[in-house]
Amino acid sequence: MTASLSQQGQPKNRKPFPLHIVVFLAPAVVIYGLFMIYPLFDSLRLGFFVQVTRGVEQFVGTQNYLTLLTDEAILQPRLLNALKNSFLFFAVNMLVQNPIALFLAAALSTKTRGGLLYRVLIFSPAILSLAIAGFVWRLVLSPLWGVVYDILKALGLGAYAQPWLGLESTALITLALISAWQYLGIPMMLYFATLISIPNELFEAAYVDGATDWQIFWRIKLPLLMPMVGIVSLLTYIGNFNAFDVIFALKGADAGPNYASDTMMTFFYRTFFGSGFQKADPHMGAAVAGTMFVILLAGVLLYLLIRRRIRSYEL
Amino acid sequence: MASYSEAERKRWPDIVSDVDLRHLATKVLKHWMLMAFALLSTAPVALVVLNSFKARRAIFRNPYHLPNAETFDLAGYETVFEKSQFHLYYFNSLFVTLTALALILLFGTMVAFALAEYSFPGNNLLRLFFLLGIIIPIRLGSVSLLRLIVSLDLIGTLWALIVVYVAGGLPLAVFILTQFMSQVPGELKDAARVDGASEYRVFWLILPIIRPATGTVSAISIIPMWNDLWFPLVLAPGEATRTVTLGAQQFMGQFSNDWNALLAALSLSSVPVLIIYFISSKQLLQGLTAGAIKN
Repeated sequence: MTASLSQQGQPKNRKPFPLHIVVFLAPAVVIYGLFMIYPLFDSLRLGFFVQVTRGVEQFVGTQNYLTLLTDEAILQPRLLNALKNSFLFFAVNMLVQNPIALFLAAALSTKTRGGLLYRVLIFSPAILSLAIAGFVWRLVLSPLWGVVYDILKALGLGAYAQPWLGLESTALITLALISAWQYLGIPMMLYFATLISIPNELFEAAYVDGATDWQIFWRIKLPLLMPMVGIVSLLTYIGNFNAFDVIFALKGADAGPNYASDTMMTFFYRTFFGSGFQKADPHMGAAVAGTMFVILLAGVLLYLLIRRRIRSYEL
Repeated sequence: MASYSEAERKRWPDIVSDVDLRHLATKVLKHWMLMAFALLSTAPVALVVLNSFKARRAIFRNPYHLPNAETFDLAGYETVFEKSQFHLYYFNSLFVTLTALALILLFGTMVAFALAEYSFPGNNLLRLFFLLGIIIPIRLGSVSLLRLIVSLDLIGTLWALIVVYVAGGLPLAVFILTQFMSQVPGELKDAARVDGASEYRVFWLILPIIRPATGTVSAISIIPMWNDLWFPLVLAPGEATRTVTLGAQQFMGQFSNDWNALLAALSLSSVPVLIIYFISSKQLLQGLTAGAIKN
């Protein structure tokens, strides 16, 4: 489509593969193909094999997947638990981070004194690694230090203070909120970029009639934002299914307490490399990765289906 | 203009101030909300950095005070420098991130140029091929990737991380750069060709034009590479090849009860990055905004 632009000046194009095109494409295609596409598909293949003896593998069809789904001793309960937690992790990010990011972007997209400074500050945690940001929160939330408890007391909410990261009932949600806190700036910037690309004429008339920023946001801007809401939701889904760093850094490979913070990625890591309670098994690990592959693709397909139903306005 | 009765005239200021008041209330509310979130976003890290310069007792007694002559203490930093090699971790992270970024930019622009410039059989297929990598995280290929890296004898080296990050970073880079490339006016390239420039020369000539796009790609690529914990853990966990993220994570696991050391290690691994961020934040955020609008 874009190549037509320069076609007149390019009589060479009729030849199937001129050398210079090969030169331009080769390095990226080789590295990306060898270190990304090949491992992804080879991992899927390995999920259908088991190791017989050292260096000898045997094709077993879907046996690994069946074991994963039916082994009641370890794998099945761990899988279901990790699956549930991964969706919960995603849901917390989706329901907390997404709306807040949208409202902040809406506020920032109107004329705001110090708008750049706000954006810089709110985005700043996103450049730290999750492991580092997670540890910062572990110290801040530590009952030993008591910083958060001081603040809750000052707000009159002292009674609600709990060691959230350590409790089975709240560990996962706390970790998800830390992740939501850290990456708030990314959806905020995506929404912000969309909002400032809306031409002013679209809501100048409403301003003249005395509409508030609030009304303009609900009636005019939000409908225009819907396609971006879809993209951000998809990115949140893909990103959070990957959730590993913050859990591994704060809770270790066993994602305690009692697997309460175990997600698909930590489960994958344990199955692959083993842990105190689970034997290392790369082939079973590959089957876990294969399962994640399917769940991820299902999410992407769902997005594509829904996207066709969302009305999008052409600007 | 029509004349207004005295009663009508009197009502004007009320109407005006009513609307103004509503605008003012929205404005105040907006700034309160923004300030609250700016504080929430920065206070935890600020608190950690602040307390990293204090003696243990002061950390717990009055965590909100600035360090003073009495409470100032660098014990945490001493422990970190004695028991770990943060300078080495920084070197490793910088080497991996910058080498990978240079390769992503070079190879990414080459592919983007070819995709946008030439129509050849398989052009669209190749676009799809690269698009696949945006959707599927490279981590899911780890089982096979580890074998590959072992068989290439790259295991435990920084090059293992570099090749994987280049492979993982290319899809998004190609996607963004292709969008920019296809907007470069054709006359420019054709003029160069009339002057007898080779295709490589044409590529070289238009590189300056897509500079803004390389800014966006750099911003998007550097952050996940610098912060990654997974691949350093899987492919290069040894002391000599530790990156800042892995090094800090391991150190904090070992010294989880030494608060001075913890706070110092956290500060050491976040402050330099934050300083660079604040210096370049305007370009970085503009780059992200430009990238988001394009896509």
